[in-house]
Amino acid sequence: MLTLLAVIIGFLYASSIYMFLRRSIVKLVLGIVFLSHATNLLLFVTGGLRSGEPAFTAEDGTVDLAAVSDPLPQALILTAIVIGLGITAFSLVLVYRFHQETGTVDLDEMAEQDKP
Amino acid sequence: MLFLPVILPLAAIVLLLFTYRMKRLQQWISIISMSAITVQAVMIMNRVVLDGPFAAQAGGWPAPFGITFTADLLSAILLLATGVLSLIVTVYSIGFMDDTRKTAGFWILIHGLVTGVNGSFLTGDIFNLYVWFEVMLISSFVLVTLGAERKQLHGAIKYVVLNLIGSVIFLTAIGLMYGQTGTLNMADLALRLRESEHTGLINSSLMLFFIAFGIKAAVFPFYFWLPASYPTPPVAITAFFAGTLTKVGVYVILRFYNLFVVTDLATWQIIVMIVAGVTMVSGVLMAASSYDIRKILSFHIISQIGYMIMGVGIATVLGLAGAIYFIVHNMLSKTATFLAAGLIYKYLGSYDLKALGWIYKDYPLLAFLFLLPALSLAGIPPTPGFFGKFFLIYGGFQAGAWTITIVAILVSIITLFSMVKIWNEAIWKKIPDESAARQKNPLPLTSLWATIVMAGLIIALGLLTGYLSGYFLEAGRQLMDVDLYIRTVLH
Repeated sequence: MLTLLAVIIGFLYASSIYMFLRRSIVKLVLGIVFLSHATNLLLFVTGGLRSGEPAFTAEDGTVDLAAVSDPLPQALILTAIVIGLGITAFSLVLVYRFHQETGTVDLDEMAEQDKP
Repeated sequence: MLFLPVILPLAAIVLLLFTYRMKRLQQWISIISMSAITVQAVMIMNRVVLDGPFAAQAGGWPAPFGITFTADLLSAILLLATGVLSLIVTVYSIGFMDDTRKTAGFWILIHGLVTGVNGSFLTGDIFNLYVWFEVMLISSFVLVTLGAERKQLHGAIKYVVLNLIGSVIFLTAIGLMYGQTGTLNMADLALRLRESEHTGLINSSLMLFFIAFGIKAAVFPFYFWLPASYPTPPVAITAFFAGTLTKVGVYVILRFYNLFVVTDLATWQIIVMIVAGVTMVSGVLMAASSYDIRKILSFHIISQIGYMIMGVGIATVLGLAGAIYFIVHNMLSKTATFLAAGLIYKYLGSYDLKALGWIYKDYPLLAFLFLLPALSLAGIPPTPGFFGKFFLIYGGFQAGAWTITIVAILVSIITLFSMVKIWNEAIWKKIPDESAARQKNPLPLTSLWATIVMAGLIIALGLLTGYLSGYFLEAGRQLMDVDLYIRTVLH
């Protein structure tokens, strides 16, 4: 499981960087989405991967630390996902306005247009 | 009491949302809330000076588990500077900003920015720091694009993407750090890092932190978003950004470097020094080759960031005190130059040096308002810029960091050159095309007075340096004293 997740995270990072290097700003936004997903998964892995046990204390107040994964990173991911949602929404609107204003989604093409 | 610098602007945002589009009322609310934030900062400053650093725990959760807010002298100084600066920029904006932008949420957004900045200065928890960074960033994203002019959108895309990558790197570093140490509290983390043995892994996380904050602070080689985006929005917004945003990045580098860099100190010092030197030199060279006032000033921000990072690298009490003094001086002087540039724009309708001229003859006061902060940036006594550089260079020689110190001295000569260039072109030269008989517009009174007050503050900081230097040295000492920080938070 850990190996699989490691490969997936690495793949997501790689594809996000590939997307950043494209000229279209729509792909730039996709790159941001991939990058934040990769990081969220990375945070998830830092909490430890143990299946089957919820992170609750038993009635007698004990908790079996070996059986449960750390719940804190999962709480962090929740926050990060919400922030990521807001940021993705903003960047999409930004790209949309950019397209409205310039009629292109290519930064180089826009620089061409601005040349006197 | 420590949470009020964050709660006050948030409360103001709620009020401003209820009074949306009521122009006059919103202006008054903004002035009152910014004054309240400043008063609050003075109270925190007062308590830190009298009783030393103190902490507060959110919701009463004890230290390593809850979110901690800590104020030491460094935080208090920066909090106060931010409060004063936001108040002045608010007053300036009343006359400067156009009605479309004012009614499109400008006041709400600058309060959002202040919330994020104050939160970052006070928090003692790395994930909470990430959240404040995002609060700050989202507000600044919208401020950069406010009005949605073509060039603004173009600059904003670079700004948004590079800063987002910075945030994600920051989050990655938090994840890795937590995976190794199991804590997010900065004091607890500092304690555990000292006992930790995995130096390789810790250094990799620290490097990620350094890159993330380097992007925010605009150091070499991560500064390319700054000259692309800062000159595009109205100058009141740029002035506010110049005074606060990059300084938060520098503050976090200062704090993290002193708390968390426990191994391989010599290597880190070399990295920081090289970054500082190249940042200074490349920023000032680009400034010297530009012809738009806002571009010149934006490149100068980068160059000045180099000085602050140099203070981090010197890592003696004097160096840190110099860096802190330099941050405060820069928050005032840099903002003041932008405010004066805005007035020049209002007066003659251009930022292009080639089209400007003869301000000295037509409006001596305006010329003076630009000259003072410009000389301060170049470092002419008795302006604060001189004392800032004096502390840093003296600290640098004392610590034996010859190369960086000599670079710093040379850079300040080029800084003087580019400031003189603005002076010669915009203020002393004849207006090139006199037959066009440029229309000279009256200046908005609030903006003029805000700039005058700013100039007064710069003079005051310069003249009172002897009296204030004790506080800055103490701030440097507290910053270096990691045990004190840990004791403040954990007990």
